[in-house]
Amino acid sequence: MGLVSEIWKGMKVTGTTMLKTIAIGPFGGSELVTTQYPKETRQKPQRFHGRHVLNRYPDGMEKCIGCQLCAGACPANCIHVRGMDNDPAHPTSPGERFGFVYEINMLRCIFCALCVEACPTEAITMTHLFEMSTTNRQDAIYTKDELLMNRDGSVPHMFPDDPLADLDELLVADGWVRATAPSGMAAYEGVEAWQATPGPADWAPEPSQEVLDLRSQGDSDG
Amino acid sequence: MTWPEFGVIALRVVLTFGLLLVLTIINVWLERKVVAGMQSRIGPMRAGPWGILQTVADGLKLFFKESITPRKVELGLYILAPFLAVVPAFLIFMMVPWGRPFMIGEQEVALQGADLNIGLLFILAMSSMAVYAVVLAGWSSGSKYPLLGAVRGTAQAISYEAALGLAMVAVVMFSATQGDGGTLSLAEIVDRQAGTWGDVIPVLEPILQFVPRWNIFPQIVAFIIFFIAIIAETNRAPFDLVEAEQELVGGFHTEYSGMRFAMFFLAEYVNIFSMCAIAATLFLGGWNGPTFDDALPGFISGILPTVYFLIKTYLLVFIFFWLRATLPRLRYDQLMTLGWKRLIPGALAWLVLSTLVIAFRQFGMPWS
Repeated sequence: MGLVSEIWKGMKVTGTTMLKTIAIGPFGGSELVTTQYPKETRQKPQRFHGRHVLNRYPDGMEKCIGCQLCAGACPANCIHVRGMDNDPAHPTSPGERFGFVYEINMLRCIFCALCVEACPTEAITMTHLFEMSTTNRQDAIYTKDELLMNRDGSVPHMFPDDPLADLDELLVADGWVRATAPSGMAAYEGVEAWQATPGPADWAPEPSQEVLDLRSQGDSDG
Repeated sequence: MTWPEFGVIALRVVLTFGLLLVLTIINVWLERKVVAGMQSRIGPMRAGPWGILQTVADGLKLFFKESITPRKVELGLYILAPFLAVVPAFLIFMMVPWGRPFMIGEQEVALQGADLNIGLLFILAMSSMAVYAVVLAGWSSGSKYPLLGAVRGTAQAISYEAALGLAMVAVVMFSATQGDGGTLSLAEIVDRQAGTWGDVIPVLEPILQFVPRWNIFPQIVAFIIFFIAIIAETNRAPFDLVEAEQELVGGFHTEYSGMRFAMFFLAEYVNIFSMCAIAATLFLGGWNGPTFDDALPGFISGILPTVYFLIKTYLLVFIFFWLRATLPRLRYDQLMTLGWKRLIPGALAWLVLSTLVIAFRQFGMPWS
């Protein structure tokens, strides 16, 4: 009889899981793990690493100074930068030089955000956009035209007409910037101090550590 | 044979065949949904509402795919094998009565493909034929994995068919005591399960009048053995050593693709449904059930027996799916141990026991 009770033990697990999974009935899909992806999207974590964006200062100047530190930090060697001296009459960036060529091969990129950490001027940051599939390799190499934000703070989308495209995702900076910006210091906890980009500058400040602790106890999405 | 008679026979066959095809399409979808639910997933959702047309989409895809013929195959048998799988699978269900007979004018239409007086023997013969499909497909593929699958299929079918047949014998013998002489006709066996046990044993009528007169109550051991044997007979988990994806790629159908593979797939699901239908017919009273002829309009009380039949069958089909989602595959020696050391002795012992009981009830005790 040992065999029968063991089988029944296993059958009970699958049976109760089914009752909890189907969306109808008393348990109402409490164990369902599937999300119907294109129709419904999951809340992305705050520090999600998505597509890069090249930022501008509020007056419209480019932040990139063409120093190539991002290219040097990149473990996948997917960033190609060439700097150029600014024209003193019409400077592109506030420094001596600016990023003249800026290309990222998204097929090689591993989205580690080491470029973001390396950048001395916070010119390159990451957004929450991750739907970047293309039909040929050339399209996956993002040039400066596609990465650089517009003067009004909006960010150009590769496929703005795509039904899946969510243009707002490009305006959400990754949490690393916020965490390492001045507001990430203990003294600035809960204060919105990092105000450098014209467009997506009105995001909420990084929550204080207490809030994060409470949240991670409450649910795992945090 | 007159034209109306011919028309009735054609109608019976077409109705049964159509019902089986539609239900098989639903069953494939249903299995995916049930197993998905047991694994916290939702299963197919895109083709049609709740993905119910997924099977149709898969079928169309397979239909338009190339049927690759490897170079080393024995061509004749290789092409014949899928048909050997499908044809017996459909013929088995032709024996099952799935509703109360109704009248069209003068002609009575029984909802059953054909009512053979040797129905059960025919079912046993056809389910043995289905083994040929596995063996021939495996052998004619000229490849190693299919051959291994075929060898396993032979051993499995032989060992479990014995238990299947012995469990059936016990039911047939019991059923013979319930009416006028023995019968192998499924329609007759269903008729003998009408009513409640209260009609048979008047002493206990207050309790037993709520217990339907199904064979499962006196023959519960035979039912358990029969059910385990039909799982093995249809090569389903946990007895799916014939296919065994993890070890044998696809087992006997490794070298098949396109429509030929689809036929094996279809045959498997047809077999599941028809075997469960036979179990429901032999043990759970087939289409019997309260029809409320006086209270309900004629159309509804005519449909109700079919509904009862489907409920009983799908209960068993669900257990098939449930077992598949739960149990790991048996090892080969465990399969043989279960078959030869447990099921066949168990079925024989139960057969002897129920024979003795029937004999004593019919002829009295030996000392009296």
